[in-house]
Amino acid sequence: MDATQAAATPLAPPAARARSAFDLAAAVKDSALWAAITLGLCIPIVAYRTDQSQANELILRPRWGLVALFCAIVFGVRLAQHALLASRAIRRAATPAPQQATETVRGYPSAFQRAPTFALYAFLGVTLTFPLLVYLVQGGLAESRYWIDLGILVLTYVMLGWGLNIVVGLAGLLDLGYVAFYAVGAYSYALLATTYGLSFWICLPVAGILAAFWGILLGFPVLRLRGDYLAIVTLAFGEIIRLVLINWVPVTGGGAGISSIPRVTFFGIPFTNDEGGFAALFGLDFHPMHRIVFLYYLILALALITNFVTLRLRKLPVGRAWEALREDEIACRSLGINTVNTKLTAFAIGAMFGGFAGSFFAVRQGFISPESFNFLESAIILAIVVLGGMGSQLGVAIAALALIGGPELLRNLGFLKEIFGEGFDPNEYRLLIFGLGMVAMMVWRPRGLIATREPSVFLKERKAIAGSLVKEGHG
Amino acid sequence: MRWSNDPVLTVEHLTMRFGGLVAVNDLSFQAGRGDITALIGPNGAGKTTVFNCITGFYRPTEGMMTLRQANGASYLLERLPGHRIAWRAKVARTFQNIRLFSGMTVLENLLVAQHNPLMIASGFTVLGVLGIGGYAQAEAAAIEKAVRWLEKIKLIHRADDPAGDLPYGDQRRLEIARAMCTDPVLLCLDEPAAGLNPRESKELNELLLSIRAEHDTSILLIEHDMSVVMEISDHVVVLDYGTKIADGTPEEVRNDQSVIAAYLGVEDEEVAEVEAEVGV
Repeated sequence: MDATQAAATPLAPPAARARSAFDLAAAVKDSALWAAITLGLCIPIVAYRTDQSQANELILRPRWGLVALFCAIVFGVRLAQHALLASRAIRRAATPAPQQATETVRGYPSAFQRAPTFALYAFLGVTLTFPLLVYLVQGGLAESRYWIDLGILVLTYVMLGWGLNIVVGLAGLLDLGYVAFYAVGAYSYALLATTYGLSFWICLPVAGILAAFWGILLGFPVLRLRGDYLAIVTLAFGEIIRLVLINWVPVTGGGAGISSIPRVTFFGIPFTNDEGGFAALFGLDFHPMHRIVFLYYLILALALITNFVTLRLRKLPVGRAWEALREDEIACRSLGINTVNTKLTAFAIGAMFGGFAGSFFAVRQGFISPESFNFLESAIILAIVVLGGMGSQLGVAIAALALIGGPELLRNLGFLKEIFGEGFDPNEYRLLIFGLGMVAMMVWRPRGLIATREPSVFLKERKAIAGSLVKEGHG
Repeated sequence: MRWSNDPVLTVEHLTMRFGGLVAVNDLSFQAGRGDITALIGPNGAGKTTVFNCITGFYRPTEGMMTLRQANGASYLLERLPGHRIAWRAKVARTFQNIRLFSGMTVLENLLVAQHNPLMIASGFTVLGVLGIGGYAQAEAAAIEKAVRWLEKIKLIHRADDPAGDLPYGDQRRLEIARAMCTDPVLLCLDEPAAGLNPRESKELNELLLSIRAEHDTSILLIEHDMSVVMEISDHVVVLDYGTKIADGTPEEVRNDQSVIAAYLGVEDEEVAEVEAEVGV
């Protein structure tokens, strides 16, 4: 090999080098190995099923077809992964990494990472007209009840996600007990309405204020803690609230909860089938769905208020201080920011929106009990925020739709029965699929669905900031 | 001497102990108003500990630190909580390992520095959310101020880029600009020239000299780069093992025997004496 050739080799187009890196034989070999491991794992677990025979004896029923199916799936997935990784390597090789560049390579997020603006408007348009769309598709008010109820549920979680996003996404404080504020809001409305007969519209702000008050009360002692310790204390707070609700029987009714909570009114006009009712007043035929549709628009309005206030706060000094706190608390102190007060405001405002959502929950259900406010709720809300991309409003909304609406979708996957047999109920696999989805998310989009940060202010041009630069906060 | 006639900062008998370790031992010095005061010393001499005491990150074991503003107001720094030292006493600082808000844009970094005045303008958030009051004008003024500083540190073309994307030297200058956006009376710089090349280091000197000329800000800096220290500082304080060993103009310090001993080690004869004592 002469000198010129040796010099030319490293200058070969990087794409060509990378393409030659995909070795089909090696990929097939590796995939076959994976399939063999799957076979080994399947033999003791899947291959035989213990069953009772006609004569009441224990027999082993072989299921080699199923094992073969599993092995084939693993083989195919592994092969596809090899192909995917190779194509990614080609793409990587074609674009220089920022640290190798001799010129400035801006950390622009790709078009794939950036949330397209039209998606935002489409999302908003669909949510605003959702009851109408469902009515047209289902062909009747009564038939659309299931879908509108589902819409209300998703929107409740969107609102909770947006509320928690202030605490976790913006201020970077890990709160595992957010459901406590949801509970405070719900019980505030339930108790005030059943004991003093106050209307929902008076109780709503009161519930928010009470939840914010509890947020501050919790915040004072615990906000000196950081990271894991803060998470544990907030988790404990959530449990304490639930235990108080269970055990303080004279006030909260204990485990039996509070029932016959007054229904929502159309700003004072009840949704009843009589003279002064909503339907009679507006000249409509009475239908119980009027109230459900009104609830849908109520939670939509509450969620949009949460979103509006959050977006507004981000542009105010307090919002910038939250994000600065998430980035570097010590630098914040050196710039004269009172870190304790800043954290407390984040906690209180997040809790306030949780309280609003809670009182909505109470007015919708008409019945609440401590069981609705267990740790799993906190975990789901936190999962929504983390999955959506911490700090991203649109991401949280999409994640809420996926995490709450997705499992509901599984109820309707009847066609899977034809593949897996009559005994197959996709509903039973909900949590499994849910978990798989979460793992996949964390592998491919570890910073959440929308991992970029929008700057709160700009001089010439608004550039989204790549998620890799944005810190997650230490608690 | 200006630093004894009109001191902006008076440190008296400052002692800082961490368990059995005495990091700063009975340190007293003054920093003059309008001066650039350099705090130098070998590694581990306790310089950063002094800074952390002045800026409220450590509570000193003993001693008193008085900051006198030009209007006559004075503050005892050891009694103020950290954020009030920056906001009320107007002491700003930078860090040895740069602490920018890397996920926020350059402009946002400078706006966070103006948090307290903006917070008042937004009616402590209440009026700001409702959109009443003069927050919009206050923010415009804050952006204007940030732009002035960005032009001064020659980063105006990167204003909308994340701070974490900037090269190292630019990050150092941005951190100084961010501290200056708090309108400090005393600016404490912890090794501002660390990791800079000679050209950047010269630019830094110019920046610091222009801050001294154009603003009512006195500068206290920790530095290992002697070209920075000797060129721009008016007053040098030398620490070794937490104790002050010299204090004076750069010329006086340069020729001080104890400083030379601390930096270059002791004479050969003394080494022999020590070895004889130990019995090697």
